[in-house]
Amino acid sequence: MGRNMINIHEVNETNKMIEKENLDVRTITLGISLLDCIDSDLSKLKEKIYKKITETAKDLVATGQEIEKEFGIPIVNKRISVTPIALVGGSACKTPEDFAEIAVTLDEAAKKVGVNFLGGYSALVAKGMTHADELLIRSIPLALSKTDFVCSSVNLGSTKTGINMDAVKLMGEIVKETAEYTKDNDSLGCAKLVVFCNAPDDNPFMAGAFHGVTEADKIINVGVSGPGVVKTALEQVRGENFEVLCETIKKTAFKVTRVGQLVAKEASRMLDIPFGIIDLSLAPTPAVGDSVADILTEIGVEHPGAPGTTAALALLNDQVKKGGVMASSYVGGLSGAFIPVSEDQGMIDAVECGCLTLEKLEAMTCVCSVGLDMIAIPGDTKATTISGIIADEMAIGMVNQKTTAVRIIPVIGKGVGETVEFGGLLGYAPIMPVNSFSCDNFVNRGGRIPAPIHSFKN
Amino acid sequence: MKKAIITVVGKDTVGIIAKVCTYLAEHKINILDISQTIVQDYFNMMMIVDTNQSDVDFDTVVDALAALGEEIGVVIKCQREDIFDMMHRI
Repeated sequence: MGRNMINIHEVNETNKMIEKENLDVRTITLGISLLDCIDSDLSKLKEKIYKKITETAKDLVATGQEIEKEFGIPIVNKRISVTPIALVGGSACKTPEDFAEIAVTLDEAAKKVGVNFLGGYSALVAKGMTHADELLIRSIPLALSKTDFVCSSVNLGSTKTGINMDAVKLMGEIVKETAEYTKDNDSLGCAKLVVFCNAPDDNPFMAGAFHGVTEADKIINVGVSGPGVVKTALEQVRGENFEVLCETIKKTAFKVTRVGQLVAKEASRMLDIPFGIIDLSLAPTPAVGDSVADILTEIGVEHPGAPGTTAALALLNDQVKKGGVMASSYVGGLSGAFIPVSEDQGMIDAVECGCLTLEKLEAMTCVCSVGLDMIAIPGDTKATTISGIIADEMAIGMVNQKTTAVRIIPVIGKGVGETVEFGGLLGYAPIMPVNSFSCDNFVNRGGRIPAPIHSFKN
Repeated sequence: MKKAIITVVGKDTVGIIAKVCTYLAEHKINILDISQTIVQDYFNMMMIVDTNQSDVDFDTVVDALAALGEEIGVVIKCQREDIFDMMHRI
């Protein structure tokens, strides 16, 4: 006796999720190792990188489109992540300008294969910076101003190593400089630059995707989404207790993740590239009904930021994970709820009505995946203040043994009360006020913050 | 067996099933099961079909049925069964 045949109600439920509730596969991300491209000659290195990416990913976009058609589910993004370029370019690059040339090559390769973004213009400096790491970091403003699709990330700390405060200080300056380099575009460069604590090696989401050195030569990672599906499911259980609420979220997360699992397996088979992980994050987009903030209001807070928001987000994040882990044996990446501001209409509204502040967002990042994400701040914010914000967020990640990140945009020439338009999936954002008391003496100390006591598990 | 789910949603009118079935028969696509409901005057039909002997590829079937739907004034989708199976069966 086989399984029961699918019935019309189940078919309608799935198709309603896709058509009305924005269920989609957010990204198929192809991870490609560039370690075998390393060469001490910069032009040879660039040639090998271009060749490896364009050959490995040549069928990625077409395959994604074919899967979309066969299953009738949108796959919003097709992306590539590569080995952190600081490792790949160390031998060939003598200056930040040399590194930026690699960024241009990556951009050309991304355009050739037709992907939306390419991540991995990255350095992993949780404990210390090599000369190459520092050159890459110093090249980020130039690299992001000369490219369209390249994303950059820097891992500044981890629970195991502590926080590299020299790098935190430097990144405050680099974020500022990136904003300056791209000021004609509302400092858009900063939307493609993220710093991490405990960065995962297999995250398929941008701007922080890179292909870690623990990974195989190539791998398919898939990010699923569907905040609208969760929101609609919760509308059916208004006024019910927390047990019912949590059960509903879990069941929905399971269903959403199963679709991701199917797409990942299919992409892996069609491309003949091994499947890595499913990242089961709730990732919002500026589209109406595709909002994590709307889930929080459905759970019961007037706007995100109201008292109770952190608890609501904590339970949401946990139920998403619990539902998702049963749907796929390989769950990885960031996996949880994202709370970017500019990419979520409900978050934007909460900021505009004065309910949501930077400080409350920081508290919320203690219980959800990622961190301070897509937040526009005044262009005249000091570099040390940005470093201070980064240090706080890194500390949350380090102590709580979780990934945290900062993607913050000091919009040059703009101040509180103005808005900035990034366009597309990046959305728009009101510029948020920043605490302007100084942290210069803290940031300027130099050195690193030691790993916390609970990191000693050996 | 490569199974697919065909759904037809739209205003009820004469001959919807006939037209869809004619296309399927012409291309050797076997119907395994049909169910339908009418919700608020809206015609809602689902077919489970076997595409193994189909003489055209899946992409073509998807496009042809979508075009047929436009002609009749309904929405016809054809999706591989796996997506529903994955979501609703453990």
